[in-house]
Amino acid sequence: MRLGFCIREALRSLRRNAVPSFAALASVLVTLLVLGVFIPIVQATTGAANDVRGKVLVNVYLQDDATPADVTRVRAALVADPQVRSVEFVSKEAALRRESEQNPDAYKLLGGTNPLPDTLRVTPKNPDNVLALVTKLAPTQGDGGVTGADPAIESVRSSKDDTEKILTATKVVKYTTGLLALLLIVASILLISNTVRLSVFARRREVQVMKLVGATDGFIRWPFVLEGILLGAMGATLAVLLLGVIKVALIDPLVSDFALLAAPQTIGFGMLVGVLFLAGVVVSACGSALSLRRFLNV
Amino acid sequence: MAATEHELRLRDTRSAQPQLDPRMLAVRPGDPANAIELRNVSRTYDTSKAGLNEASFAVRRGEFVFLVGQTGSGKSTLMRLLIKELEPDSGSILVAGRDIGELRRKQIPFYRRNLGVVFQDFKLLPNRTVHDNVAYALQVTGMGRREIRSKVPDILRLTGLATKLHHYPDQLSGGEQQRVAIARAFVNHPPLLLADEPTGNLDPETSIGIMQLLYRINRTGTTVLVATHDADMVDRMRRRVIELERGRIIRDELAGRYAPSDVSTAEFGALLSEPAPAPQRAPDPADDFDQAFVD
Ligand SMILES: Nc1ncnc2c1ncn2[C@@H]1O[C@H](COP(=O)(O)OP(=O)(O)O)[C@@H](O)[C@H]1O
Ligand SMILES: [Mg+2]
Repeated sequence: MRLGFCIREALRSLRRNAVPSFAALASVLVTLLVLGVFIPIVQATTGAANDVRGKVLVNVYLQDDATPADVTRVRAALVADPQVRSVEFVSKEAALRRESEQNPDAYKLLGGTNPLPDTLRVTPKNPDNVLALVTKLAPTQGDGGVTGADPAIESVRSSKDDTEKILTATKVVKYTTGLLALLLIVASILLISNTVRLSVFARRREVQVMKLVGATDGFIRWPFVLEGILLGAMGATLAVLLLGVIKVALIDPLVSDFALLAAPQTIGFGMLVGVLFLAGVVVSACGSALSLRRFLNV
Repeated sequence: MAATEHELRLRDTRSAQPQLDPRMLAVRPGDPANAIELRNVSRTYDTSKAGLNEASFAVRRGEFVFLVGQTGSGKSTLMRLLIKELEPDSGSILVAGRDIGELRRKQIPFYRRNLGVVFQDFKLLPNRTVHDNVAYALQVTGMGRREIRSKVPDILRLTGLATKLHHYPDQLSGGEQQRVAIARAFVNHPPLLLADEPTGNLDPETSIGIMQLLYRINRTGTTVLVATHDADMVDRMRRRVIELERGRIIRDELAGRYAPSDVSTAEFGALLSEPAPAPQRAPDPADDFDQAFVD
């Protein structure tokens, strides 16, 4: 009965206040559409950046005469290090095989010799700590020379310049897109709640009259909030439909061509739709309730 | 409670006798027979000196009272204090013997349901039809749809709007809109009806109809307080007149005119010789002012 009243009131008011209702609906629609396009882009970009960062490695080259026992010992020490995510062993032979596949002519010249050392490929937990890890495994001595932390370590290398460049570039990309996303979300909330506030403001006299004939605050508020929910839901539905069209018509055919679009970290479409829908409804309902508060204090 | 046609049948306003015994004006503390009682009520606005200045008076249940005075004399301030849209700076306001200053914020809507309010600018809800505007005053009380559907057309017929049920306010003349406002104010049969310049926006002919309607409502026992500029109307109806000037009450006259006049000794004697009127308003189950004070 009470819910029925709220629904009827909300529908009446949507029908009779078509212009402000449309403005609120349009602002929900537009912001959700922009967010819906932007969120996957941000995610794909950060995903790609993380991929690149994940490729930052530390190569620990062992002495030429390292025994399998040495290998096991060094490997165990590395695995135990809290900064290390994983360690991969590449034997002299495996290294030679791989290199000669990539560069057959150069390795033909070497004949049967194998100049490559046994290598432990270390993936650090956090790519930002790569350089610290290098110094720890091969500390610089007082005379400027470098000695391995373990006698079996011949040298430790990460392509220092490349690593630094990759780290800075990906960091910049991540922070910029993150900041943009944050700004966009704030702007969306402000836009929706302002539009809703305007449409409530346009009806403050109506609220005053309702109070004069003895309506309680709740009696006035709930139809307004329901109206906000309906507007948010309608705007969100339209936005979601449009996003679906964009996905099917534009993105899906391109996925095979662009690795970025197929990045695995991108939010699922269903999840995205759910988040956007909920955000639209909650923001516009809260916007209605909060804007109304001022006018209820009569 | 059915307000039947015969209850509301219009009497000739000019032959209606003053219905107030001056001996009953003595102010008793919290007398529930007083529909309204003000005790030294003052209210100032930030920008001007006096909205209302030490106003004291009492209105008996069932009275019809005109509130007159120039623009800015404080009539609307008094009305807004009674509606509890404003709080007095000092003094107390009693309605039906209860101090409305004691009402908590949550109780105010329930208090207001016992008031009918009519304004110069009608204050109708623009997005509702005539029927729905009147129905809203019943909906706020939680009345069921069926009962509302039977009550609203009745009251609209009494106010002469039977054919306009489904019009929106902007499709009506000023006089018709004010009739809707009065229908809405009266549909709950409130014990007290406040009208702030109800004819201020209307031409003289239309005004007469509106004032007759208010008078008919008064005849059913509802106390009516009308703030007005309309000297003609006040002089014709010869009801009690309270005059304000710069927030002060400067005149309170039974059967008064718009302009100050001395009551002749003969007239006053005639008044006293009349039998004291029976209580205008029998205790009525619908009269639930007191319920507004219940927690
Ligand atoms: N909201 C307000 N803010 C400031 N001053 C006001 C306000 N309302 C009324 N006043 C002042 O209070 C005085 C009484 O006004 P009002 O009660 O509206 O008079 P009336 O209804 O008799 O014309 C006037 O001087 C008016 O200027
Ligand atoms: Mg006024």
